Amino acid sequence: MTAGYSRILAVFAFIAILVTLPLWIRDTFYVNIASQILIWSIAAMGLNLLVGYAGLVSLGHASLFAIGGYAVGIAITSGFDQLTAFVIGLAIILLISAIFGALALRSTGIGFLMITLAIGQILWGVAYRWVSLTNGDNGISIPARPQPFGLDIEGPTPFYYLALAVFILALAFTSRLVLSPLGAAIRGTRDEPRRMTALGYNVWLTRYIAFVMSGFLSGIAGLLFLYYNGFVSPQVLTVQSSSEILLMVLSGGSATIFGPFVGALVIVFMKNVASSFVERWSLVLGLIFVLIIIFIPEGIVPGLARLKTGFGGARRIRAVPAPSGEAS
Amino acid sequence: MWFILTINSVTLGGLLFLLSAGFSLIFGLMRIPNLTHGSFFMLGGYLGVTLIRFGLNFWIAAILTALIMAAIGVTVERLLLRPLGGNAMQQVLLTLGLSFIIADLSLMIWTGDPVRVPTPPGLEGTASLFALQFPLYRLAVVGIAVIIAVGLWLMIERTRLGAMIRAGVDDAPMARVVGIRVSALFSVVFALGAALAGFAGLMAGPYLSIYPGLDSEMLPLALIVVILGGTNSLLGALVGSFIIGFLFNFGQVLFPNLAYVILFLPMLVILMFRPQGLFGRLT
Amino acid sequence: MAAGVRSPAIAQGAPVRVGQLTIKSGPLAQGGLLIEQGLATFLKDSGSTIGGRKVEIVVADTGGSPAGARSKVQELVEREKVDLIIGPITATEMLAISDYIRRAQIPIINLGGAEDLTQRHANPWMIRNVCSSGQASHAMGDFARKELGHNRVATISDDFAFGHEQVAGFQRVFEDEGGKVVRKLWPPLITPDYTPYIAQIQNVDATFMGFTGSNPVKFMRAYAELGVKKTIPLVGGWTTGDDALLKSLGDEAVGLHSASIYAATLQTDSNKRFVAAMLKDYDNVPGEYAAWAYVTGLCLDAALRTTGGDVSDKKKLMEALRGIALRDTPCGTFHFDKYGNIVGDIFIKRIDRKDGKLSNTIVKTYPEVSQFWTYPEEAFLAQPVYSRDFPPAKNLEN
Repeated sequence: MTAGYSRILAVFAFIAILVTLPLWIRDTFYVNIASQILIWSIAAMGLNLLVGYAGLVSLGHASLFAIGGYAVGIAITSGFDQLTAFVIGLAIILLISAIFGALALRSTGIGFLMITLAIGQILWGVAYRWVSLTNGDNGISIPARPQPFGLDIEGPTPFYYLALAVFILALAFTSRLVLSPLGAAIRGTRDEPRRMTALGYNVWLTRYIAFVMSGFLSGIAGLLFLYYNGFVSPQVLTVQSSSEILLMVLSGGSATIFGPFVGALVIVFMKNVASSFVERWSLVLGLIFVLIIIFIPEGIVPGLARLKTGFGGARRIRAVPAPSGEAS
Repeated sequence: MWFILTINSVTLGGLLFLLSAGFSLIFGLMRIPNLTHGSFFMLGGYLGVTLIRFGLNFWIAAILTALIMAAIGVTVERLLLRPLGGNAMQQVLLTLGLSFIIADLSLMIWTGDPVRVPTPPGLEGTASLFALQFPLYRLAVVGIAVIIAVGLWLMIERTRLGAMIRAGVDDAPMARVVGIRVSALFSVVFALGAALAGFAGLMAGPYLSIYPGLDSEMLPLALIVVILGGTNSLLGALVGSFIIGFLFNFGQVLFPNLAYVILFLPMLVILMFRPQGLFGRLT
Repeated sequence: MAAGVRSPAIAQGAPVRVGQLTIKSGPLAQGGLLIEQGLATFLKDSGSTIGGRKVEIVVADTGGSPAGARSKVQELVEREKVDLIIGPITATEMLAISDYIRRAQIPIINLGGAEDLTQRHANPWMIRNVCSSGQASHAMGDFARKELGHNRVATISDDFAFGHEQVAGFQRVFEDEGGKVVRKLWPPLITPDYTPYIAQIQNVDATFMGFTGSNPVKFMRAYAELGVKKTIPLVGGWTTGDDALLKSLGDEAVGLHSASIYAATLQTDSNKRFVAAMLKDYDNVPGEYAAWAYVTGLCLDAALRTTGGDVSDKKKLMEALRGIALRDTPCGTFHFDKYGNIVGDIFIKRIDRKDGKLSNTIVKTYPEVSQFWTYPEEAFLAQPVYSRDFPPAKNLEN
């Protein structure tokens, strides 16, 4: 019981900290960093649905992250108003996620990883090469942030609250989903796909739903990214970018609610803050990943929880099958 | 032009085989998506060229590089990979982390300037065929690729080690039951894979030169080759290399507008309709 | 100097804070390193002062990504409160921060080549003290046609904006002078082997290449080894024959003509000093990146002399920067046009082997070259920006 209460308390404290953050940080630079952390957290939460709960490792998620931004950017620069552009963006995210998922889920395990990599690379190629549509490597800029419900989000703090609102929604959505029958089914397809089939579940469809939800969530984060930066360019959908989102999930702790947030925090912090003090920040980041693997291979969030409850007992290895285990 | 393209397809295929043989071995036995493979390739190139600058002969440098890379491979496998017990997600995190480290260390040690690798003595010239010229070294690379391919084939088909590897690939638990120390086998194979990657890095040097970013340029190529050919057969990697060699050369000329996707589209199609690769078996 | 006009900051001897957007990690870090060396050489020469004031460089690593540049420029302006900015290295980064710079009203000295940064979308807060992407290749177009006498050429360049704009500039002048560009090849930025492209280069007098990064090294080697170099000479844009690249090149590069804003062999006093210092401290022949950093130091120095050391009035500082006219710099003589782009010497260099080492010989100097070449400014700006398809290639053959 007490554990349950302290957990709820911790979540409320966490959200309270995030809500009051601009009040005690003040420095607009750090408010902006916080917005970036939230944006990437949402992207990683999306990927986590797939990687953590469905056991499908994707190396092409950055393209789903970027596609909505591109759709909105192109819509705005070709004269649509912000709201219409936003709706178009959502539709495109759904559409591309649906197509991407249908192609990628012809495979599972390592095959899935490779297929997502291939589709990601193809979409990158399109963004890079189809200059008349995407403006090539220079990318697409939008003149201003939208004004949702007439609110001005041009400043760092208002934008932060927008990102926070979306983040909390995403958090609520994923934690509800995980506890729902659908969430149980998704985990079932990860752990016991054969039994799930035997029980009459449509394993493929369950995975497909997980994929589309995952792509949609990451795509929403991509829209925030566009509004935050004012631009989107092919660099956003490179393999490096995809692996970064994946690293956020894995380092924070896959199949946990807060893991993606912690992973995003670490990586955004290293790239944008620590890099001002540590010249070889990229090396340090690599070392952090290796240290995580040595000491808490399940990721920071579950790892710290384990360390907190003591070192007694053998190291628990989470029951996530190696994707290769079911390669067919 | 078509003639040059054909020869070049073969030589590029040779290079790609050197690049992907190690990846294929590791993947086939250990089912590890070794995302440091490109980094090993680049590191091998840098190490090799450093040895050459110390005055070593190209080929001796190549062998030494392979040995050093094997040592690095064993260390990584024993200390870092083994404790993970086959969890693919953790392997991805680890191998990506290592590739960050190798990339940044290389930048520190060798700066960012592209490093020119001299062509080994005796192979600098060009071979002339029907008034067409072709660099001798590139032909030699095909020869080396063939030697490595035959060597690996003999090892796998004719030696005790090879028999154990085959048993491990087919059915690791069963191999354990019959007394094969699969874990020791993993070390050997991972070391061999790393050595091959490093060796390939130096072999590619006179072609590509060595520069930062080479790691992330090469990794996808290794993946494509292995996917196309099949993930659990060396023959697949060999055939996959030559297919990619031809696809790249003719694709760039015939479909310049598809230059960015010419390699990934076939990979996608293969994955969708024949996920085990052209020469892979269903396991 | 009249003490009365000095701001409190100057009186207290507070240093000028210069924010530097650079790249220290990832594949593009080479440029960042060379810039660091050039800047350090300048600071050593000037005793870490500009315009008589102490200077402090605040370095920010963008990692080479537009989003990284965006985040870092905010850090420099909002947290570090820098007085002005130098960098970032790539044009895509500059494009990503251009509107922020505009809003923050902070002067920036940039080296991204993108044409429109000083043309159709010129930023009033920016000067660019390197040539625009097409600026040097205009000169090469002229040289290849008039001095080398080429009639038919093929072009090959990295398939991204910088490559497109370079080729466009070359093609425009070369064809206006009566030459023909009969083939245009665009290998992707990442191309493991250029042979399939080189095999298509036949029946032309010369090849113009616009490669950048390590790609010139890879391309020239393949070009020579396939025997094409013997019959079809190479000419190149400003990143192909860079002096800093020479140590990565061999005989395959001998004879390459390239057009650039900088030549290590330029015999001006300041350049001789600069090259000697770079050789002594880093054992490096400086190239365009290091020279850019050094010349940027000179520009800062000149601007602060104009304002009397004052950097608080950004408008005045910007005017001072745009009003710079320098005679003896490592890049020769230059000033700025009303869009903030450099107007200065373009050197045509040829790579020779001297005493066993590769070096660039200056074979011609085009003085006072503007980004518009000799075209009327209004007509130039009324046309679309240079791209893969503009100016249209009317003389392509199969």
